Amino acid sequence: MNKKISVYPEKCTACRLCELGCSFKKTGEFNPTASRVRVSIFGEEAFYTPIFCTQCDEAWCLKACPSGAISRDYGTRVVKVNPEVCVGCRMCTLACPFGTITYYGPEGKAIKCDECDGQPECVLFCPTGALTYEEESTPTRLKRFETAKKLQSSSKEVQP
Amino acid sequence: MKGWVGKILRVDLTKGETKIEDLDRNLAQKFLGGRGLGSKIFFDEVDPNIDPFSPGNKLIMATGPLTGTSASAAGRYMVITKSPLTGTIACSNSGGHFGAELKFAGFDLVILEGKAKEPVYLYIEDGKAELKDAKALWGKTTHEATDQILSETDRDARVSCIGPAGEKLVRFACIINDKHRAAGRSGVGAVMGSKNLKAVAVRGSGSITIADKEAFRKATLDGFQKVKANPVTSQGLPAYGTCVLVNIINASGIFPTRNFQEGVFEGAEKISGEVLAEDILVRNRACFSCPIACGRVVKVTNPKYEFFGEGPEYESDWSMGGCCGVDNLDAIAKGNYLCDTLGLDPISAGVTIACGMELFEKGIISAKEVGGPLNFGDADVMVEMVKAIGYREGFGNALAEGSYRLAERFGHPEYSMSVKKQEFPAYDGRGAQGMGLQYATSNRGACHVRGYLTSPEILGSPEKLDPFETKGKPGWVKLFQDLTAVIDSVGICLFTSFAFGGPEILSYFKAATGTEMNLDELMKAGERIWNLERIFNLKAGITGKDDRLPDRLVKEPMPLGPAEGKVVELDKMLPEYYQLRGWDKEGNPTREKVKELGLE
Repeated sequence: MNKKISVYPEKCTACRLCELGCSFKKTGEFNPTASRVRVSIFGEEAFYTPIFCTQCDEAWCLKACPSGAISRDYGTRVVKVNPEVCVGCRMCTLACPFGTITYYGPEGKAIKCDECDGQPECVLFCPTGALTYEEESTPTRLKRFETAKKLQSSSKEVQP
Repeated sequence: MKGWVGKILRVDLTKGETKIEDLDRNLAQKFLGGRGLGSKIFFDEVDPNIDPFSPGNKLIMATGPLTGTSASAAGRYMVITKSPLTGTIACSNSGGHFGAELKFAGFDLVILEGKAKEPVYLYIEDGKAELKDAKALWGKTTHEATDQILSETDRDARVSCIGPAGEKLVRFACIINDKHRAAGRSGVGAVMGSKNLKAVAVRGSGSITIADKEAFRKATLDGFQKVKANPVTSQGLPAYGTCVLVNIINASGIFPTRNFQEGVFEGAEKISGEVLAEDILVRNRACFSCPIACGRVVKVTNPKYEFFGEGPEYESDWSMGGCCGVDNLDAIAKGNYLCDTLGLDPISAGVTIACGMELFEKGIISAKEVGGPLNFGDADVMVEMVKAIGYREGFGNALAEGSYRLAERFGHPEYSMSVKKQEFPAYDGRGAQGMGLQYATSNRGACHVRGYLTSPEILGSPEKLDPFETKGKPGWVKLFQDLTAVIDSVGICLFTSFAFGGPEILSYFKAATGTEMNLDELMKAGERIWNLERIFNLKAGITGKDDRLPDRLVKEPMPLGPAEGKVVELDKMLPEYYQLRGWDKEGNPTREKVKELGLE
């Protein structure tokens, strides 16, 4: 079964170590702007979560790319940018509805998450387990278990 | 440059001009960065006898070579200036995201000098800086000012600003960044206010480059492992925040109660980290690059103290709690929140209110002078007084001068629980002798984060010391003071020192900057920084005679609890401390020591 980077927002503390791990691995420098994962922080609502490319099955960026720089690895189903071919036209950034493929000025190329070929650095750097690399269906299965547990306890409450 | 980004921004507020200078690499290696490098520049440029509120005083915001990297808890920046509370050199240290952003914007340090004619704020973006009109921001709370500046500049910018307290020159006003992080102590916010500078906002998209990438990654992962392996950093602080200490310190009999009249607080349990987690915690919040996340987002629903924001950490929980005899966690949280929004150091605020309470209960000040009774344990009056201090209203105006000036004004300076006019933090030195010596000798007055002797004396890390024993403590104090100077200079949080120490910091530093250095040289840099601060203070007229503790701690035995009968035996430790430091009997660094450290 396919592994995938998953996020558990309730565990995120907004420390942004994922951004640091990512940018350092990809560019050899610390720079959140170069990170493929970015943490959104809503301080007033106490909500924080990393946002990154989820590798769409029908990828807007891939379809929009006029130079053929974006392709899918059918083994891992990860969508990748080939920097040798990317012309820096930014069409992919316009097409992506999530803002998770970005244009990185210093390189003049589009950048996005490629799951580090199966060893995602952001997951390694995350201190709380908010980011995981696990079997794709695990988070939804966990949510179903939680729902079932609630159902179980509620049915106990109404039984005589 | 590697580690450091290599540029200094100098801002002349009088002329309204900004200028970019190169960082001197040799100086950076010698003084590391942050507190060390900022203090060295301050030392070279500012007359030690300057009035802290005069335009000739400077305010330096300094990051370290690790700030903004993936070293554990590397989000720190420091503010160096001459303190209006103590008259010593001040270095206040803060986390959050501001420091890292400053480096991404291309600057290691910002030097702020002179005084603006009208209120301004500084906006820095990727190597450029401009002064902007802040007339409409004057009088606003730190939260209002932050929101307004973000809407005028960039929603992802980071803001350090003062509140009404800094504008009104409250002697213990702080600088708040990211709404809930504070360069807290010694009144650095009042100096900012005296310069008509409301805020510094920064936005950066640049890089921090690293000399040895493989070694730095290894040091990072090694640091994570050590943080995970240590029970304080992996369990205590994440689960309960720093308030995990309330029950521990109270059980040790050194939780200063009612202005240090006692060391055991009967209401401690009610204000503990455990109860905070149970009653008001919403979730944990980390500073930049921190795997610990001791920050507490809380929601108080009690209509009297209602708010949503960050909750008290251990020091403010104590200063507005036990020290004022208050056991109402909602009220303490509200008092702390007001300190954040008004821009006050909650330690000095709480301890100064406690001093006022003792003066009142002893009949030295009257209800008429206060505007009503000021009794220990009165949660409402404590919260009211915090607000009154922030706006310098009514009796708050007298409290805004700090406990020493308050008590002196009413003829009883002995009731000020302070060293060099700065209020104590939350550990009574009578039951932790090393902590007592540390307080007396700290370069910025009473302070727990110049050398956290609580760690070995109470928590048993890196080894358990007998807290009542004086033997050996001078050596420990020197070691911790020097190591802390290193930590504050490289730009990581002191809390990492529960999990690791000099060797790990050296690995980060060498890999980041490419500097050849051994552990002795790194510790020597810490000693150099300590002595530099000391020499500044001596030139400012603050000498060995000021390495003293209030009579209460050295003459009045602790009345009850585990430390019953104890006083701080300062005179047994101080001469040995001076000797270990290579200072003469009066506490002046000898010529040989100055030469050895390269401080001629």
